[in-house]
Amino acid sequence: MTSTIEPEVGKSRRRKEDERLITGRTRWTDNLTLPGMLHLAVLRSPFAHAEIVSIDVTEAKSAPGVVAVFTGKDLDPESAIGMPCAWPITPDMKSPRRPILASDTVNFAGEGVAVVVARTSAEAHDALEAIDVEYDELPVVLGLENALAEGAPLVHEDLGTNQNAVWVFDSADAGTGSSVEDAISHSEVVLKRRFRQQRLVPAFMEPRACVVDPTGSQLVMWSATQVPHILKTMTAATLGLPEHKVRVIAPDVGGGFGGKIAVLPEEMMATLVAQRLGKPVKWTESRSETMVAAHHGRDQIQDLTITADRDGTVTGLKVELLADMGAYLGLVGPGVPILGAFMFNAIYKFPAYHFVCTNVFTNTTLTDAYRGAGRPEATFGIERMMDELAVELGMDPMEIREKNWIRHEEFPFTTVAGLTYDSGDYEAATAKAKELFDYDGLRREQKERRESGDPVQLGIGISTFTEMCGLAPSRVLGSLDYAAGGWEHAEIRVLPTGKIEVITGASAHGQGHETAWSQIVADKLGVPFEDIEVIHGDTQSSHKGMDTYGSRSLVVGGIAVVKAADKVLAKAKPIAAHLMECSEDDLEFSAGEFSVKGTEVSTSIQDIAWAVFSAHNLPDGVEPSLDSSDTFDPENFSFPHGTHLCAAEVDTETGRVRLRSYVCVDDVGVAVNPLIVEGQVHGGLAQGIAQALFEEAVHDEGGTLTTGTFADYLLPSAADLPSFTTDRTETPSTTNPLGVKGVGEAGTIASTPAVVNAVIDAVRHFGVDDIEMPLTPMRVWHAIQHGSAAAGGLGSEAGGGLGSIDATGGVQ
Amino acid sequence: MRITVTVDGIPCTDDVEPRTLLVHHLRERVGKVGTVVGCDTSNCGACTVHLDGHSVKSCSVLAVQADGCEVTTIEGLARDGELHPVQKAFHENHALQCGFCTPGMIMQSIDLLADDPDPDEQAVREGLEGNLCRCTGYQNIVRAVRDAAHRMRPGAGPEAERLASDTASRVGARGE
Repeated sequence: MTSTIEPEVGKSRRRKEDERLITGRTRWTDNLTLPGMLHLAVLRSPFAHAEIVSIDVTEAKSAPGVVAVFTGKDLDPESAIGMPCAWPITPDMKSPRRPILASDTVNFAGEGVAVVVARTSAEAHDALEAIDVEYDELPVVLGLENALAEGAPLVHEDLGTNQNAVWVFDSADAGTGSSVEDAISHSEVVLKRRFRQQRLVPAFMEPRACVVDPTGSQLVMWSATQVPHILKTMTAATLGLPEHKVRVIAPDVGGGFGGKIAVLPEEMMATLVAQRLGKPVKWTESRSETMVAAHHGRDQIQDLTITADRDGTVTGLKVELLADMGAYLGLVGPGVPILGAFMFNAIYKFPAYHFVCTNVFTNTTLTDAYRGAGRPEATFGIERMMDELAVELGMDPMEIREKNWIRHEEFPFTTVAGLTYDSGDYEAATAKAKELFDYDGLRREQKERRESGDPVQLGIGISTFTEMCGLAPSRVLGSLDYAAGGWEHAEIRVLPTGKIEVITGASAHGQGHETAWSQIVADKLGVPFEDIEVIHGDTQSSHKGMDTYGSRSLVVGGIAVVKAADKVLAKAKPIAAHLMECSEDDLEFSAGEFSVKGTEVSTSIQDIAWAVFSAHNLPDGVEPSLDSSDTFDPENFSFPHGTHLCAAEVDTETGRVRLRSYVCVDDVGVAVNPLIVEGQVHGGLAQGIAQALFEEAVHDEGGTLTTGTFADYLLPSAADLPSFTTDRTETPSTTNPLGVKGVGEAGTIASTPAVVNAVIDAVRHFGVDDIEMPLTPMRVWHAIQHGSAAAGGLGSEAGGGLGSIDATGGVQ
Repeated sequence: MRITVTVDGIPCTDDVEPRTLLVHHLRERVGKVGTVVGCDTSNCGACTVHLDGHSVKSCSVLAVQADGCEVTTIEGLARDGELHPVQKAFHENHALQCGFCTPGMIMQSIDLLADDPDPDEQAVREGLEGNLCRCTGYQNIVRAVRDAAHRMRPGAGPEAERLASDTASRVGARGE
């Protein structure tokens, strides 16, 4: 008899996933080999904008090992296929057709124009060089304001504009607040700033890949994707295939961060080629291909106006955004900046709020979700503004936040953006963070260094953030014109021997679902952690789901698991009563045992499982199965929050930034597995800090991505990052039975403004009030020298942050 | 060209094109798909293996250069069903999330510990500079490597010592 007494939820269980990952027994998509499998290689445009005059594939077709070569006209002669965009944010949104392969014009450097199919990957890539494409170059549209300027050349001539859509929220119109224009007219302080959110590359470690096998009765696609269920439905819809004839499998997937939320032209290409040839095919991209062909993230210009009274009370916030979509619309690309609309007001009690976002086309790689998706951009904007306002008013930046944030006793609180925050305790998280950080001590040291004219100056940066997680209530998605819902599905199968299979629609790619879901089910059913297997990522075994993004898996998918477990117990109870010849009312369930109240008589869930399997002695009308499934559609988002504090040392002679300490106290509600939570925060911090200091996707004036490899795009190494001090407060969410809030994006959302605020704080006395990200040594040095923002091109060259490059000894 | 490479203890004789990279040879011919490719500029280190006991990025070595050599991959680390202390430490310290960089990270960590059996935090960070991870922020990787160092130190137990001396002798074969 086994039973779990100590709750599993809350334990730092080591992960079930690790065993195969630390021994190399992994199934990455590129590891798969099928009999007779052929290999694809995609020829990509070197030009950002050009007409295709001709494509000559004759020589390539006769190259060694080549089986076939296809152009866009070969695969889609009617030009009828367009890659899907699921988020038409306005009724009049402009939506250009994105072909599988460009036939007439190429619209960004990296867009595919032909595909070679060969016996080996090497032969396929060799043959690319034998394809002769004649291009006629067109004017290249780069830069948000350039694209919107009068008379600017157009990315898509037929649309007549580079403007994709304009999306507006106004608190006066919505009835959630008053008029911002009134606030601007009547407030004692009106502060305007312009910030730039540079373009980033998600840079998951596993390049994307897919294998398509057309030989069975169902077409099977393995893909390195975050979204196998969405991919299945979208493959059917995009190519006109019957959905029941498509099976999608996400095997081991090496990171995503939003970068694998897309439905790819290459996936559609592989499907069509596999069907044409009747053979399994594989496409695996190189890193250089990932950099230009996989979607990018961020890329906004933010014009912000904050208004306040002299005592520091905020009175209004106006947000005007320009957001770069790239050359086409990604699956959810247009909606990404709109997610920020609900987050600019953050944890503060603004009485008036206006948000307008203009989405813009340029001749660049398309943008779409990247960790945080719209919310890091918003958090950066508001947290930078709060610091600027504090300086304007001569207040401590923490004091101005405290003055304006929602107090613990004011929850639930409906914000000026119309969301209801269910719970939070900003005071508790801040108090803990300040203590761990030695806030007062560092402020003293800062003062001393400033007074002594130390060449190394110290700055303190604050970010008191919140985010909306658990995407998403289906009704809210509907009101935002998103094409799908936001529910999640789970099923629990009770096997005859009492072991458990948990099926989840959330598709993990590093998050540790197998471990966390096991902990949840172990508690619910009272079975050992080891007796639970979590199955996901295959539309055949896990037939229903909405997949993994937006910190939703636990908050939505985990709750579906809880509901399914409740149903298992509800089905088991009458059987237990029947077996023990008592009334259901006399039963209680604890630690895997149904027992008759006030007696020693009990039966275990495992015994019931066998009784159900044998089905010899079940109550009349009871089916011989405990298996149960359920879905969960949240009523509200969840709202994790936290206080992040960064101490940065700036060498004023070189501009080099060193992070002296980084403390964060996050409140993600109940932690199912604190070890996994901590890991998620660490990784999130690294990505947010990388935006602040290191990373930027840079295009040259011709639209070529100059940061197109890991030698040029500065992904931080272990040597570039500090150790973090992380801690938690735990204010349970009131909107779900586990009290969880989600943790996947918190670190990324919060950390970028904390770092930038710290650097600005260190050099503000040189007259600096902004430095564009990434804060490379050259930009920081230039700002110090010129006493102003170093906005513009300086230091925007590839690898400007030095980072991993050791000038004395080279990269190891 | 015909080459013989001993991979995880098994001699493998194959005809390879001179241009074939060791990582592609390992993955496509020898079947060692535990070693992965993360970039095409030798920056990410996901393909790190041991060549005659010394860590190399197997994308930066031609298969023909490995002729007559011994290669150890992530798949050859465990002995008699027992994980290497560094593998154990990665598990214990939650030093991996998606796990794609993990094979290379573990191979490089073992090499680092052979050079410096008791590295401080900065030494670990610098020793792993050529291996990129996008998930963990490196903190738990650093913790795992230092934890492994403690597990492998003399007197830590017969099993750890055997593995530690294995590593030392393999690295000693470098002749440096």
